[in-house]
Amino acid sequence: MQITGAELFVKSLQKENVDVLFAYPGGQAIDLFNALYGQDGIEMILPRHEQALVHAADGYARSTGKVGVCLVTSGPGATNLVTGIATANYDSVPLVCFTGQVPTSLIGNDAFQEVDTVGITRSITKYTVTVRDREDLAMTIKKAFYIARSGKPGVVVVDLPKDIQQAYGSDYYPDTIEIRSYKPNTSVHSRQVKKAIDILHDAKRPVFLIGGGVNIARAGAEMTKLAEKTGIPVVTTIMGKGALPTDHELYIGNLGIHGSYAANSAISNCDVLLSIGTRFNDRITGKVGEFAKNAKIIHVDIDPASISRNIVVDVPIVADAKNAINALLEKAEKLPIEDWMKQINEWKQSYPLVMKNTHMTPQIIIQKINETFKEAVITTDVGQNQLWATQFLELNGSKQMLTSGGLGTMGYGFPAALGAKIGNPEKDVIVITGDGGMQMNIQEMATAVVYELPVIICIMNNGYLGNVRQWQEMFFNKRYSSTCMRHRKSCPSPCSTPGNNCPEYTPDFVRLAESYGAKGIRVEKVEDIVPALLSAKKNSKSPTVIEFIIEREENVLPIVPPGSPLSDMIMESKE
Amino acid sequence: MEMKKRWISIFVENEVGVLARISGLFSGKSYNLNSLTVGTTEDQSISRMTISLTSDEQTFEQVKKQLNRSIEVIKVVDFTDIAIHMKELMFTKVFNCTQHDMTEIFRICKVFDVRAIDYNSTTVLLESIQTETRNDDLIRLLSNSFPNRIEIVRGGSVAIEAISITDR
Repeated sequence: MQITGAELFVKSLQKENVDVLFAYPGGQAIDLFNALYGQDGIEMILPRHEQALVHAADGYARSTGKVGVCLVTSGPGATNLVTGIATANYDSVPLVCFTGQVPTSLIGNDAFQEVDTVGITRSITKYTVTVRDREDLAMTIKKAFYIARSGKPGVVVVDLPKDIQQAYGSDYYPDTIEIRSYKPNTSVHSRQVKKAIDILHDAKRPVFLIGGGVNIARAGAEMTKLAEKTGIPVVTTIMGKGALPTDHELYIGNLGIHGSYAANSAISNCDVLLSIGTRFNDRITGKVGEFAKNAKIIHVDIDPASISRNIVVDVPIVADAKNAINALLEKAEKLPIEDWMKQINEWKQSYPLVMKNTHMTPQIIIQKINETFKEAVITTDVGQNQLWATQFLELNGSKQMLTSGGLGTMGYGFPAALGAKIGNPEKDVIVITGDGGMQMNIQEMATAVVYELPVIICIMNNGYLGNVRQWQEMFFNKRYSSTCMRHRKSCPSPCSTPGNNCPEYTPDFVRLAESYGAKGIRVEKVEDIVPALLSAKKNSKSPTVIEFIIEREENVLPIVPPGSPLSDMIMESKE
Repeated sequence: MEMKKRWISIFVENEVGVLARISGLFSGKSYNLNSLTVGTTEDQSISRMTISLTSDEQTFEQVKKQLNRSIEVIKVVDFTDIAIHMKELMFTKVFNCTQHDMTEIFRICKVFDVRAIDYNSTTVLLESIQTETRNDDLIRLLSNSFPNRIEIVRGGSVAIEAISITDR
């Protein structure tokens, strides 16, 4: 049967079992939207901005394990996706983004709403392609879904010119696809596993370092078994957090420039480091030459390009995390490392992660979130709110955290939560964000209200872009350059100290929530935290904004200063 | 680490945008690209690129891995340790030649195995199909002998694995 490209597009989504489409219409995508009209089976979500749209698809994908699917128009529709595409691709989130395009006859003419979408997205995607022939459409879409979800997952952009959408052609959609230039390797090389096991069994002070790859492979249960079988303690990156329940006795904590003392010390003092699914990003290594300096390093990663790039490793294993963990599980044995565990527990007890409890600290707020919600997806924004969340959130199999780890995109948390809620209607979905990040996609309050998505938005309001302010305080002599969100024209300039005379914060988040038809609560005292959370939890039809007024100059500690090794942690603020 | 000139050959899908993908990888990741040539193979759906870059060993490993993980790249061949045939096409024009210059140029042609392929009373066009190093040598010689009177266009090298020959 002959059908239009737009009709084939809809059919392809159905064949790929797409149940939610995050879509914002426009002139060069109107045929696709027309074909989608009236069909059931694919729920259409209309956010208020394309950047939020792609973050929502990202949150949906991370929380469900399915491919997130976006549809936008050409030109500004496509360029507004860019930040979200880079965010998702950096954290290996499977997305397929369809963009409208001007007709092939107009490409290159500087036509209205024409941009070179493929050129713009080339360096931030796994694959990006313009369909130039109606005959290639089905195969290209099949290829897009396969590439996005296989191997190291990532983002694929499919650019669809208007004439391709309109052209008639075959209705055939393939069930499988072979790509000669793309054969991701996921199986484990048994000789490398044996080498790894031999090194591991000789270790006196071994540590597992777990990255986001373990969570992407959904291998948390296997990882927990491996830790328990060997008795080897576990350190995580922020992307790997939760792979092992955070209250597990073998869990030490996060490492890195805001890692815990015990985790960073364990890494600095270990003799064997078995790392799975992390690329040794500069945020976790500190000064590279000093990182796990005396350790033999075994590195499991699905991406050969991640191995021996930042840190030279002794035994590389290119494989899917779950396959590798299962292979290690078969051969691994219990290690006699009581002394090492004793040392780690001493570090943990001597230098716990703790904020001074004289006021309503982020730690207390997050602890109350831990206690109030049992089955939940928690998204964070970027900055201090994210770092506190990664320090204090308790995660396990029924609680998941979504955060923009690689790109560090402010504005991610709230829209990602909407996608997570759409994918997990039965779970509580909580956003931990800051007053800065919340305002980067605040227009999505409307989306949350109209789709009746009762997400719980916890804004840690300190009236600053707090993370940059902290750096300015610690490393730039308190020169608070462009970080105060309460700064107004009338303020003295420069200003380095908040005080009683600071202008009112704008917007009033409570009234803003109410104006959207959502619930707004302001919390200024410790005893009001739990009632606010419970009230939000009960509000099942609309989102709730809880604005926590926190200390203005609260810091994230410990911190490893830029350029320093992990062992050089600053533990406390100067008074 | 030692910075060294290195050669690789890659087989890629003959598709729109692949050249941009590969060259963009080099610029985006700050790899030091010297030359890149591309053309179709006996299979019209496959193009082959010959790439020269200058890098240390660790970066070179990373370049090969990054090329390999590009969806459109079918195969990466490292020419570092294998026998190959490699040639570069270079055209050179020499202007304002006297009779004496012409005699000199034709002598150079003979010694350097270069052909004069076009000509008038004052200008001559040379075609040189040599290794890159020999073309460099030729440029040096011609610039010294005919300063500010030469125009050069070079094609970048193409290479293929050797059959029986063992040196490069």
